[in-house]
This record gives sequence, structure tokens and C-alpha cells, in this order.
Amino acid sequence: MTDPIISIHSLEFSYDPRQKNVLNAVSFDIEPGTISTILGPNGAGKTTLIHLMLGLQKPASGSILLNGRPIEEYTRRELSQWIGLVPQSEHIPFDFSVLEYVLLGRAPYLGPLDLPSEADVEIARQTLVQTGIVELESRPIPELSGGELQLVMIARALAQQPKVLLLDEPTSHLDLSNRNKTLRILNRLRQNGATILFTTHDPEAASLVADNLVLMKSGNVLYTGGMDDTFTSPKLSETYGTEIEVIRFDGLHVVRSLEKLR
Amino acid sequence: MKKNPWLSPILLFLIPIVVFLVSLFMGRYPKPLFMPFSLLLNDELAQRLVFSLRLPRLLCAMLLGMSLSAAGGVMQMLFRNPLVEPGFLGVTHGAGFGAALCIIFLNNSPILVETSATFFALTGLLLSWLIARRIRFGGWVLRLILSGIAVSAFFTAGLGVIKYLADPLSQLPAITFWLMGGLNAVTWKDVFYILPVVLVGLIVIILMRWRLNLLALGDETAASLGVAVKTERILLLVVSVAISAVVVGVAGIVSWIGLIIPHIARRLVGANAANFIPVCIAFGGVFGIICDDIARTMSAGEIPLGIITSLLGSLIFVGLMLSPRMRFHR
Repeated sequence: MTDPIISIHSLEFSYDPRQKNVLNAVSFDIEPGTISTILGPNGAGKTTLIHLMLGLQKPASGSILLNGRPIEEYTRRELSQWIGLVPQSEHIPFDFSVLEYVLLGRAPYLGPLDLPSEADVEIARQTLVQTGIVELESRPIPELSGGELQLVMIARALAQQPKVLLLDEPTSHLDLSNRNKTLRILNRLRQNGATILFTTHDPEAASLVADNLVLMKSGNVLYTGGMDDTFTSPKLSETYGTEIEVIRFDGLHVVRSLEKLR
Repeated sequence: MKKNPWLSPILLFLIPIVVFLVSLFMGRYPKPLFMPFSLLLNDELAQRLVFSLRLPRLLCAMLLGMSLSAAGGVMQMLFRNPLVEPGFLGVTHGAGFGAALCIIFLNNSPILVETSATFFALTGLLLSWLIARRIRFGGWVLRLILSGIAVSAFFTAGLGVIKYLADPLSQLPAITFWLMGGLNAVTWKDVFYILPVVLVGLIVIILMRWRLNLLALGDETAASLGVAVKTERILLLVVSVAISAVVVGVAGIVSWIGLIIPHIARRLVGANAANFIPVCIAFGGVFGIICDDIARTMSAGEIPLGIITSLLGSLIFVGLMLSPRMRFHR
């Protein structure tokens, strides 16, 4: 077994010390070259966990090791060369073109007074190729559809050339075909050696590409492990607090809610 | 990426220089509109007029336009809102209050009024900032905008009190005239008063222009790209307010430049700040000079500059909004 690229140990966090913790004794490891999915209902603490991994919030206790080193020891710039983020949504009020936006991903390698070079433009163009959106290059960002914007945000994070790619709910506002397109790209990136962690509340999205799952509920990690051990009817039912059945069919996991509403 | 003709350095320098030189010969001596070049060689009065009155005034008008439009462009990106202009955050109203306070309690000497206006403009920003820090809800932008509104209203009320107390024959007209804005009293001293701040400010903004794009993204994305969001934002905000405050201190309330020029610049070269900031600064300078040309040439008296910029600015704004290519993404 290889050493984990990210190792989270007994992480505790609360936005207000007088209130109960948003994260409770959260521990898990992420192996390099895998897709891990943090799966859980809304409000489980998934986005908070992502913010902690980016150093945007400080944990009350516990540690996050990146490549064996606590993330507090990384400078913001170093960290940005290690971890790329695709946020849940991004509101961009100005007419950047897709290429101009993707080029912003080169910031971790540029000084505060630098402009991106031809080499940076070349790298940005390559990420458009990787995500299959070369034809969008000069389109203004505000004109893109939800599915296109998702791919553009992934391309921007890839331009960072990060070793770990974090995605916050990358599929939750996409239709099925765009969801699969996004997941297919994640799968391809993993085949090329990328380490990917994404959050979702959709078990099906997780089942399509994840190697490992972290099941979370109300700030607690209930189960972690490979798909076969964790993607089971009882464990998902417990995570979501409603009865769920997992059926294996033709190499796929089909998820079915057993609750009758009428 | 396609080449945009407006980005060519020749155009960026050529247009302002041509407008500047033409304006140098524009005025009402010996007769309205243009003065023949030969007069500058042999008429002593013409030489004095051009070198000790017109030249400093033109420089001020240019620096004023450059500063306000650069500050407007920067603040629109920092606040991720294309409708922000440098006067908000209590800056303009603070300056007006400071000038009026000085006119009534000290005297009408230009350097005192300028200093007081600049000081209260910066106080406006500081107050907005301190209040925003204590608001417990909303994002950074919303909190600053709300406290900016409150601070502006506070200074407006203060200005009202001062106007009410002012001597209606001497002080009140002075206050009113200052509030309408103008460069009629500008001398070389004023140029040297604003030049260092404006120069440093514009250089910082030009050097950091590409970073502005990053600050226009959401906080979490900007931070994930290695940006020290808070520090860089404060730095650029303070720089923009400082250059606006010094020019407003000299010129009085001159509105609309900071809103309209960034829009025109973005329209010409796109939203990427690496491109639009230089265009914004160049066109701001041109717009400042042209507005002041109109202010001093149109009539035998002097039309307050603030009236011209508001008039032209609002007309252009309406034109931009009605044009089919206008896009607002809110």
C-alpha cells in the first residue's frame, strides 16, 4: 500500500464555539491516484470539510496532513500548487472569455506583478482539450450553460496542475447527461494519475466513479472504505436516515428509495 | 487570443497626448476656442496663460480623470459589481463634508480645503470599514456597501447642518461651488499635491492589474488559487480610495467618471483587467481633459466641472444601456 496523499485525523470544527460541532472526530485517508467521494445528506459538513482542507478555516483540533506534512506549514501559494478547487458554484459578474478565466488557474505559478506568459496560455489551452471544451475558448463565461460552466471550472482548476483535485458537489445541479460527462472526465483524469476527491449527496454519482467512499452524516464520518464494503443498503440507509436499497445490476449499483410517499 | 486595436500602446499614448496638446491651445484668449501657435512665441500674456494656468489645469484634469476611472475600474472588480464607483464607501460625501467644514470654521484657502476634504474622504472609508467589520451578517461586499450607505448619509446630514449654519452671502456660495466641482483655481501647487499619490497609486494598480481578475472571483476560489484575498483586497482598495480622495480634494465632487469610463473600456477590450485597466486609465485622462475643456471654453464664465461630467456621463450611460450590445450579468 502506498502512503496516503491526504491524511485527516480526529478533525473537530465549529463555526461558533458555543454551538455544537459541525465536524466531529473526522478521520480518513486519501490514496494517491484514486477517486474518493464524500457522500452524505445536505448539511453533513461536506463543504466545511473541503474548506478545512484548503486551509480556509482552522480546525478546533485534529490534523490534516498533505503528503505527510501538516497543511498549516504550507504557504497559501504552495498549497495552491498542491490542491485545486472546483467550487459548488461560481458567480462571475464580468464577461471573461473562457480562456481568460481558465488562465486564472495559472495564478499559483505567477508572482503578484506578473502577467501570464505564452507558456501559461498553452497550458490553459491543454486543459480545454483535456476537458473537451476547446470550442468554447472565446465564449463569454456568463453565456455558458450549467454543464459547460462546470467543465470550464474543472479546466480552470486543472490549469493549476494540482496533485489533488477537490470538487464540491460537481454534479448536483446538472442533468443526467451533463452529470455523466463530468464524471467521465473525472474518471479519465484518474486514469492519468490524478487524485480526486469530490463531495455529493447523490449516491448514484458516487457509485459511477468512486474507488473509496466516506459516508458522512451530521458532522460525523459513519463509514469509510472501498465501494464494495460501504455502498450497501444498510450503510446508505443509516447515512440518509431513510430506507434505501442498493441493487447490483449489470456491473452498476442501482439505488432505490423504499419509502412510499403515497 | 485576438488582437484588439484599442490595446495598442501607440493608441493608448497617442490619443491622450493629442487631446492634451490640442487642449493646451484651447480657451477664450485671445478669442473663444483656439489660440494660434504663433501667439505662444511672441505674446507674453499668452505664454503666462498657457504655462502657469492652462498647463497645470490640464494636468490636473488628466490626473483627475485617470484616477477616478482607474479607481472605479478597480473597485468594480473588488466588489464584483459593475455599478460601484469610487465615491461610494463614504468617500465623496466625506470629502464634501470636510471641504464645507473647513470653509466655515477655518477659511476658504484652497490648500486647507483640499487637505480637509482629502482627510474626511479617507475618514469616510475608515468609518465604513470599521462598521463593516462589526456587522454580523452577510458577505464582505454587502457589509461594506451597507456601512458605506450609512456613513454617506451621516456626512450628508453633517453637510446639511453646516450649510444651514453658513453665512448665506459668503460661505454658502463657496460651499455650493466646491460641491459642484471644478478646476478653475488650480495652480502648479495643486499638481504637486496630487501627483505623488496619483503616480504611486496608478503604478500599483497597473502592476497588479491581472491579479484583479482573481479578486473578482469568489473568496474561496481566489484563496484556492493562492491569493491572499484579504491583504490584496485591502491594498488595492486603499490605493483606489487614496487616489480618488486626493483628486476629489482638489477638484470637488466630480461624479460619473469612475462609473462610466470602466464600462466603456470593458466594452472595447473585454473584462480581463490586464487589458481594460490601461484603456480605462488612458480614456479617463482624455475624458477628464475634454470635460474640463468644455467647462472653461463653453461660456464666458466657468461651468462647474461636476455638472459637465454628470451631464455627459449620464447621457453616455443611457446610450450604453440602450445599445443592444450592452450586457449586465447580475
